[in-house]
Amino acid sequence: MDHKGTKLIHKYLRHDKKFPHVWCPGCGNGIVLGALIRAIDKLGLKKDDVVMVSGIGCSGRMPVYVDFNTLHTTHGRALTFATGIKLVRPHLHVMVVMGDGDATAIGGNHFIHAARRNIDLTAIIVNNQIYGMTGGQHSPTTPYGCKATTAMYGHIEHAFSISELAVTAGASFVARGSVYHAQMLDGMLEKAILKKGFSVVEVMSNCHVQFGRRNQMGDPVTMMKWLKDHAVRIEKAKTMEPGELEGKFTIGILADVDKPVYTEEYEKIREGAKR
Amino acid sequence: MSKKKSANRYFLQGNEAVVEGALTAGCTFFAGYPITPASEISEILSERLPQVGGTFIQMEDEIASMGAIIGASLAGAKSMTATSGPGFSLMQENLGFACIAEVPCVIVNVMRGGPSTGLPTNPAQGDVMQARWGTHGDHPIVVLATSTVQDSFELTIKAFNFAEKYRTPVVLLSDEVVAHTRETVELPPREEIHIIDRIAPSMPPEWYIPFEDNSRGVPPMAAFGDGYRYHVTGLVHDVRGFPTQRPDEIEAFMKRLFRKITQGFNEIQMTKDFMIDDAKVAVIAYGSVARSAKRAVLDARDRGVKAGLLQLVTLFPFPRMKVEEVLRQCRAVLVPELNMGQISREVSRVNQGKCQVRKLNRLDGGLITPEQIMYELLKI
Repeated sequence: MDHKGTKLIHKYLRHDKKFPHVWCPGCGNGIVLGALIRAIDKLGLKKDDVVMVSGIGCSGRMPVYVDFNTLHTTHGRALTFATGIKLVRPHLHVMVVMGDGDATAIGGNHFIHAARRNIDLTAIIVNNQIYGMTGGQHSPTTPYGCKATTAMYGHIEHAFSISELAVTAGASFVARGSVYHAQMLDGMLEKAILKKGFSVVEVMSNCHVQFGRRNQMGDPVTMMKWLKDHAVRIEKAKTMEPGELEGKFTIGILADVDKPVYTEEYEKIREGAKR
Repeated sequence: MSKKKSANRYFLQGNEAVVEGALTAGCTFFAGYPITPASEISEILSERLPQVGGTFIQMEDEIASMGAIIGASLAGAKSMTATSGPGFSLMQENLGFACIAEVPCVIVNVMRGGPSTGLPTNPAQGDVMQARWGTHGDHPIVVLATSTVQDSFELTIKAFNFAEKYRTPVVLLSDEVVAHTRETVELPPREEIHIIDRIAPSMPPEWYIPFEDNSRGVPPMAAFGDGYRYHVTGLVHDVRGFPTQRPDEIEAFMKRLFRKITQGFNEIQMTKDFMIDDAKVAVIAYGSVARSAKRAVLDARDRGVKAGLLQLVTLFPFPRMKVEEVLRQCRAVLVPELNMGQISREVSRVNQGKCQVRKLNRLDGGLITPEQIMYELLKI
């Protein structure tokens, strides 16, 4: 990273926090946090107006390092806490960072209902296809046939597609990116933050330590190459046969629709009820 | 009530009185999930809260309801949820979060028969120990028990006051009978009611240390968005709110959590007594059972037994001092409960051989009648 970029990140770090951070060398979480900070900076949001909420897992440690209003909640429940904050103070920009297990296994119910309600939250889901912090157990996005510490003979369940799930559940904005496509990610996060309504950015990320090592991708560079080789832009995917997309994932904006936002609708209810 | 019919008197159900108490206390946020016999609280608040600029939301389950009220409280609102046994079980996870992160909030549990789906439309007192120890880990908590509609109003206000003052979740235990009984209550004018709000930091943000100890053991609490950017976590944390594994910091934190409640014992541990001064036998009761006990004490006195009643308004922290006084004074106490003896075990624990402790338990979905209690009093 160039000097200018580093300086920008430092503007948002908590310098009284006891570094080093908890993430393994080469982890994708840093790239996601960097992209989020660049997006926040570019949009010129005031630090006091940003709330970063997280669940449990490696991604859950993200808020502690940054100088916003930060909340590290229980496993899978981050969106519920964020809902309470947003409803009480709708002017705050509430961003919720979750992992794949966090958002779609234990928190799956909260995820689909937050999308359905269309509360103006920005959900960032770091999808590394594994439970990293607890030691590499299979998650709802672990691909069929892959190995995990609880699937030593190969995984026999089928993976969720988080973004497609979000679209179906009614999210206003859904995008999928990857930590390899970092610049693209900056733009997606900007759009997601600006979007009124529930927005989801799924970030395909690397966990070479817990996922890669058991699946012949034991270092960050190999995993980055995997992300590069398996990502297909949505525009291009439309021209491809379904068979050609087997085992790959699409990147780009999957949904961008306008519909009534919960907080604004509720304000109307308040006005009506007072009369 | 000697007062004649006035504008302050209402004919209310227990659940309605909870709503009145919450709104009087300044509650502006409620999140809940439908469940019998607590649903009226949600229904009425969904209509009333927007009228006062507040927010009601029906969440996807009780786990989410608990999460939402914690988030709302962190954003500065006084918040509440209401449920019954099965929902209360789901709330335990985030109830622990509210304990460790010191987030004021009120949880009303209208008890019904259990375990599991149990007896949805019958009263019970089976959740007493769950209210105390339901969430994992060592933690202090405040648990109150209402026995009348008037109580439901007053104790809901107390629950908010304790939550705000001590930065703790407060559980208010009601039951199906108190919740659905209609009786006359007196709602005093607002200016006569003491309302406590959490203390906000008065120092500039750069001086704010969010979890620093002080004489009360309760640090001032900033709301998200007020310019005090700090970290809140369910991990054990240092004074700045950052996760720690240093034994000295862990111990200081855990001890403060307990100390802040211990220091408030005098105020928090509430009891009521009835004809206890010269009593030789006493009933120790709470919730709807205390109503039957009051009648039983009068009937026993008519039959020449010097009976009295100690009603536990606060169940936890257990009002040990007051109970000990009664145990020293009486030759026997009777603890009637709609469970197999959850509070009688606490009474026995502090008794230490001072007095005979008898149980009276009913689990069939019915109430303990005054006759049942009186009959036991005559026997001891």
